[in-house]
Amino acid sequence: MDFHLTEDRRMLSDTLNRYLGDQYGLEHRNSVAYEAPYYDSVKWQELAELGVFAALATEKDGGFGGAGGDISVVFEALGKALVCEPVLPVLMASRLLSAAGKDQSGLLDGSIKYGFALSEPDAPYDISDITTSADAFHKVTGRKSAVYGAHLADRILVAARREGQINLYEVMKTDAEIISYGMIDGGGAGEVLLDKSSADLILQNAAAAVKDAMNAGVVALCSEAIGAMETAYEMTVDYLKQRKQFGRTIGSFQVLQHRAVDMLTEIEQARSITIKAAAELGGPDASRFAAMAKNMIGRAGRQIAEEAIQLHGGIAMTWEYGVSHYAKRIIMIDHQLGDTDYHLARIMSDLSASQVDKGSV
Amino acid sequence: MDLNFTSEEREFQNEVRSFLSGNLPEYIAAAVRANHGLTKDMMDKWHTILNKRGWLATVWPKEFGGPGWSPVQKYIFEEECCRAYAPRIVPFGTNMLGPVLQKFGSRAQRDEYLPRILSGEDWWCQGYSEPGAGSDLASLKTRAVLEGDEYVVNGQKTWTTLGQHANKIFCLVRTSTEGKPQEGISFLLVDLNTLGIEMRPIRLIEGGYEVNEVFFTNVRVPAKNLVGQENKGWTIAKYLLSHERTGIAGVGFSMQALEEVKAISAMIKRGAKRLIDDPLFAARLALIEIDLEAMKITNLRMLFRAQEQGAPGPETSILKIKGSVINQELKDLARRALGPLASPFPGHVNDGNLLFGPPDTAFNAACYFNNRKTSIFGGSNEIQRNILVKTILEL
Ligand SMILES: Cc1cc2nc3c(=O)[nH]c(=O)nc-3n(C[C@H](O)[C@H](O)[C@H](O)COP(=O)(O)OP(=O)(O)OC[C@H]3O[C@@H](n4cnc5c(N)ncnc54)[C@H](O)[C@@H]3O)c2cc1C
Repeated sequence: MDFHLTEDRRMLSDTLNRYLGDQYGLEHRNSVAYEAPYYDSVKWQELAELGVFAALATEKDGGFGGAGGDISVVFEALGKALVCEPVLPVLMASRLLSAAGKDQSGLLDGSIKYGFALSEPDAPYDISDITTSADAFHKVTGRKSAVYGAHLADRILVAARREGQINLYEVMKTDAEIISYGMIDGGGAGEVLLDKSSADLILQNAAAAVKDAMNAGVVALCSEAIGAMETAYEMTVDYLKQRKQFGRTIGSFQVLQHRAVDMLTEIEQARSITIKAAAELGGPDASRFAAMAKNMIGRAGRQIAEEAIQLHGGIAMTWEYGVSHYAKRIIMIDHQLGDTDYHLARIMSDLSASQVDKGSV
Repeated sequence: MDLNFTSEEREFQNEVRSFLSGNLPEYIAAAVRANHGLTKDMMDKWHTILNKRGWLATVWPKEFGGPGWSPVQKYIFEEECCRAYAPRIVPFGTNMLGPVLQKFGSRAQRDEYLPRILSGEDWWCQGYSEPGAGSDLASLKTRAVLEGDEYVVNGQKTWTTLGQHANKIFCLVRTSTEGKPQEGISFLLVDLNTLGIEMRPIRLIEGGYEVNEVFFTNVRVPAKNLVGQENKGWTIAKYLLSHERTGIAGVGFSMQALEEVKAISAMIKRGAKRLIDDPLFAARLALIEIDLEAMKITNLRMLFRAQEQGAPGPETSILKIKGSVINQELKDLARRALGPLASPFPGHVNDGNLLFGPPDTAFNAACYFNNRKTSIFGGSNEIQRNILVKTILEL
């Protein structure tokens, strides 16, 4: 057993953290994150040149990573810096294009941007609820909701139903109506409206590939959350040491000390389950551990975000003070790729299935 | 023991209901329902309507023009206002400064300011907190030095809620640095149009604008604007705090929020199923409903005790702690229920006819973030616990 990062990943992590530390301060981030187009094209290109996107794809697909550990290293660094450029769809599109046997060089060099349209208003988290459908001529109809990065995407990968099964289609942005908006936690998304839109069928019977992309996405979001939670936690502890009330630092109040320790404990636990989910990615139990990780991140995230604010007092309620932006991102991660309860239900049904032959009915 | 309203109380409830249905403008109720910040005009308008009916200054005694209601009547009124989506009244003049002037103000101050509070001519804001003085309010530093018949004020206040609409501010200022910090504080009324005052907006976490910083540079304030005696302002501040306590549990607002979450989760679908039929979501909602049902009675029990004892006791800190948490939980559910549809930046997708979730939910996530304030301001939940530790547990 060895919990060290491999040499390659450590180098990637160092390089990325250094770059973001130097080039991606919070002030810059906020100036980009909340105003259209909600991204910085120069930074996007620089991330591509640093190999951030290639780290998310396997060698076979033209990258140099693609394993759970690679994904974790990248997204933890992105979370620490609150990067608002849509890197998540790069990861998910890479896995989908790989499953479809399509070239992804444009994706990995940053020149072609993809969105992955999964959620629908009545199917926020579960692919079995998808109603967007395709006909025999690959015309796709339906509404996809809160599609991350859709505001920039050149192409949208769409999960749609055809004769009962989920297929994967590629739609050019000009063939869809995309309503773009900024998000409360920064960055952009869009509603993708498809009305007999022309599409390419790129993968038939795509449920397994979609599941895999979702599991990878969950590992990414959990890692991003850890980067953000750790930063929020560090800022909180720093503040406890500095802020004085009643003639002493507020960090000398035991009740606040204990609550900061509880934050630390939850972050350690969240990190552990995320390591586990990353290790299982691509294997038979990937979905189960992804579900465990996302549930725990949902719970820990809420605690860390809310406590970071509460322990700061009023100052963390302001736009100007960085913790507020971390808190927003941490909380809103629970709204992507399945929330706390959705993933809990998944683990509950595993429980029930594991005892199916036992006990009295 | 009888948990039912008396027939007079029920009659009163009906009277309030019919007043609200006849007088609360629909566009104002709609803005409240949408969780969208109210404009100054809307707040002024509702203030005027209530004042005309004599139901604005509900906490004022009859002699000063209050309606002379019992605590239970006040509770009924608040609950009905919430049910009808009436705005909260802006409390600073009516509920805070009014009672202070009635108890500590001079005759001249009462005659000058009380009518202007009722008419809405003056909009007051509260200048207590400073960057260095939050929970430890007594450490405040804004100085007021008497020069002839004027105080010269220098320093900074912060977190001034709705100061952007105000023309007046009541401040705690330091008039002495001798002795205990509490003993050198005075209560001063300041006209915001005086030379040397600058107000700057503070943007909050969700992007909204409701608080400000106020800077004082050699601001000259007539000495007659001192309320009570010099260096006795702390007593006034504490009195005001105890007055803030009726309605502190926010039961009416939580009842409103509970109904909203129920309605939303009946409209939201996860596949073919309504969200409210999802056992995990329903469990969350049911737990809060139980908490709130208990809180209604806890609140009434404490109101009842306050009525008997003549003043609210320290146990009302329980109302602040639990009341704020219940409200925050409900706002959490209102956000959670929307799933991915909670993500648009508030206001970004208001136009066009593309619906994002059920009606009036565009601000749910913003509201959740904004509401984190309720466990921080007015004495944080940690400070409330300290109060209970000292006064009830006597540890
Ligand atoms: C939206 C908003 C509106 C406001 N409106 C107004 C207004 O109109 N007028 C006005 O004067 N003020 C207003 N306030 C200020 C508010 O009252 C203060 O924020 C509050 O008193 C807390 O002070 P602080 O923010 O400086 O936090 P701090 O006092 O610095 O507290 C930081 C943390 O330390 C904890 N803490 C402090 N002391 C102790 C202790 N002894 N034991 C344990 N824990 C402790 C606190 O609970 C908190 O968790 C407003 C604040 C907000 C956020």
